[in-house]
Amino acid sequence: MKKSNLKKLNDAYADRFGFSMPEKSLINFGFGLSEKVIAAISDAKQEPTWMKEFRLQSLQTFYQKKMPNWGPSLEEIDFDKIRYFIKDTDIEKRTWNDVPKEIKDTFDRLGVPQAERDFLAGVKAQYNSEVAYSSLQKELDEQGIIFCSMEEALQKHEDLFKEYFAKLVPAADNKFAALNSAAWSGGSFVYIPPNTHVKRPLQSYFRINAARMGQFERTLIIADEGSNAHYVEGCTAPVYSEYSLHAAVVEVFVKRNARFRYTTIQNWSGNIYNLVTKRAKVFADGVMEWVDGNLGAKTTMKYPSCFLVEEGAYGEMLSIAYAKNNQIQDTGAKMLHLAKNTSSKIIAKSVSIAGGRSNYRGLVYVSKAASNSKSKVECDALILDSKSATATYPDMKIAGDNASVAHEASVSEIEEEKLFYLMSRGLNKIEAMTLLVAGFIEPIVKELPLEYAVELNRLIELEMEGSVG
Amino acid sequence: MLKIKNLQVSLNKKNILDKIDLSVKSGETHILMGQNGAGKSTLAQSIMGNPNYLVKGEINFNSHDLLILDPQQRAALGIFLSFQQILEIPGVKIYDYLKLLYKKSHEKKLTPIKFKEFLKERMEILNFNEDFIKRSLNHGFSGGEKKKMEILQMLILEPKLIILDEIDSGLDVDAIEVVAKAVNFLKKEKQSSVLLITHYSRILKFLEIDFVHLLSSGKIIKEGDASLVTDIENKGFASFLKK
Repeated sequence: MKKSNLKKLNDAYADRFGFSMPEKSLINFGFGLSEKVIAAISDAKQEPTWMKEFRLQSLQTFYQKKMPNWGPSLEEIDFDKIRYFIKDTDIEKRTWNDVPKEIKDTFDRLGVPQAERDFLAGVKAQYNSEVAYSSLQKELDEQGIIFCSMEEALQKHEDLFKEYFAKLVPAADNKFAALNSAAWSGGSFVYIPPNTHVKRPLQSYFRINAARMGQFERTLIIADEGSNAHYVEGCTAPVYSEYSLHAAVVEVFVKRNARFRYTTIQNWSGNIYNLVTKRAKVFADGVMEWVDGNLGAKTTMKYPSCFLVEEGAYGEMLSIAYAKNNQIQDTGAKMLHLAKNTSSKIIAKSVSIAGGRSNYRGLVYVSKAASNSKSKVECDALILDSKSATATYPDMKIAGDNASVAHEASVSEIEEEKLFYLMSRGLNKIEAMTLLVAGFIEPIVKELPLEYAVELNRLIELEMEGSVG
Repeated sequence: MLKIKNLQVSLNKKNILDKIDLSVKSGETHILMGQNGAGKSTLAQSIMGNPNYLVKGEINFNSHDLLILDPQQRAALGIFLSFQQILEIPGVKIYDYLKLLYKKSHEKKLTPIKFKEFLKERMEILNFNEDFIKRSLNHGFSGGEKKKMEILQMLILEPKLIILDEIDSGLDVDAIEVVAKAVNFLKKEKQSSVLLITHYSRILKFLEIDFVHLLSSGKIIKEGDASLVTDIENKGFASFLKK
């Protein structure tokens, strides 16, 4: 890609997504990590002692853990140049009238109101490190559903919180889970009572607004027996030249017969390391579906997993990775079959353009106890030019009897004949490419809420304009 | 309208067409016949601008030099080619796609409701049912459905020059009649010209034919009016080749 094109693309991004509002932080801990900073985060949140101790222990774990060396390079991350906590508003705002104007402006430019019109009552938006606004839908309250910030959940539902928090992703899981455990701030807590069906998606927006700010949100979801819900999070971020880090942890418990879907569209700006640990534990006949779209970031490492711990549990992963401008999307899924008659499906699609690199990295594990289990993995990669690359690292460990595990992988290019066909109907090259790329990812996009699907297709068009020529 | 002069076309250094002269005037219907491998599809693809072919000579369309234009620009001038090998484009919704084609080919904008009406009217010509537009472009279509999908695109684009490459192959007689109806519709409404490539005379009884060209081994060896079709039908291609 020519430099001018790259600039144009960045400008287009800056115009559409990349902007920053003036920072007005009330508490600012400056840069770097220390026991003092971690203790101060805990104190500012007025946390119980056990959480403060958990944070401080996690910090030690973080110091001990090595950087992961099996994937993309993370050498450029400088933990001393990251700000670990910015508190923007002291209290959560209940109605839109109370929300500060500049935060509303941010949402306007992000296009949040569009989604909000449909899902107003379900919107939870995070501004900098803390939840800035939450308007809980009346019917959620009536159904006994808890949907609030993690901070609020810790204050108001401490027992429930403590029973599940860090039980699925312990601090020692990996270096970035440890960092999140020490410095976590913000994120959503969701509890769905037994046999409760939530009709509309629970929606949350996260974004990074302060330069050199780490964002360590933490999400904990418990879908109790026989319940059914869909959680949606979408992210866009401003363009900054400094390196930034997003290290989130998501834990989802899907109880017997429950069904839960977790949809993420992430479009971090090109300077951010997006290193997220997402894990679900699925009990008997439960269904967990991850829908995950990774469009931005400098480097993404994300492998949502399902621990299928009881008979009949099902885990599914549908993912799109879009790597451009030397970005690395190292994504995939892990399905761990730990009980008999469990099943899983992974469909991973990737598009690489303008020097982008997409890796599929996945694991299917069938334990000795998991007889008669089934798994299907399908990876399709689309490469749009010779500067871009893709690779597949599938790992399969099968110990259980009578397991059926299938893996299919394909790598394709845009076929000249198809371009000619579409151009002969009057489309220019950008339009033709956009159609072909959109068509390639359509099986995943159709699973997204409508406004996300529309926005995703617009994004692809924008990027084709910047990249083709 | 379309003027081809001394056209030479090669693919991978192999000569396919040689010294082709062909003129199609506004509103005329021309038939191009010939055995397999005679170069019929190559001629059609060359007019449309397939980048795989090396083309020498002249192709002019309404006094534009087509050879310096890319396929999109040729389409914008009003040239349409229905492909013999129709590619499947998974994931591209027909409705959205046709809306885009309309936008690209018409200056006058239509409201979504008006476009739906326009599309419905065009689909009725082809006896397409409404659910059809929810599918992906050509994806999983039968041979006949693909051909009709090409014709639907033609009806949306409303081209000035319609090139049909074996549109009748693999269609039953009812479908052939429907396709001819669509072509006649545009001939009447838009005074479109037609260049139709075929092996069979079946479709010809539904169309008024002005000229017939017989292509053999890359050269036009015989030209005439509609009666030439009957001649070819009766005597076979071979007897023309001997002369």
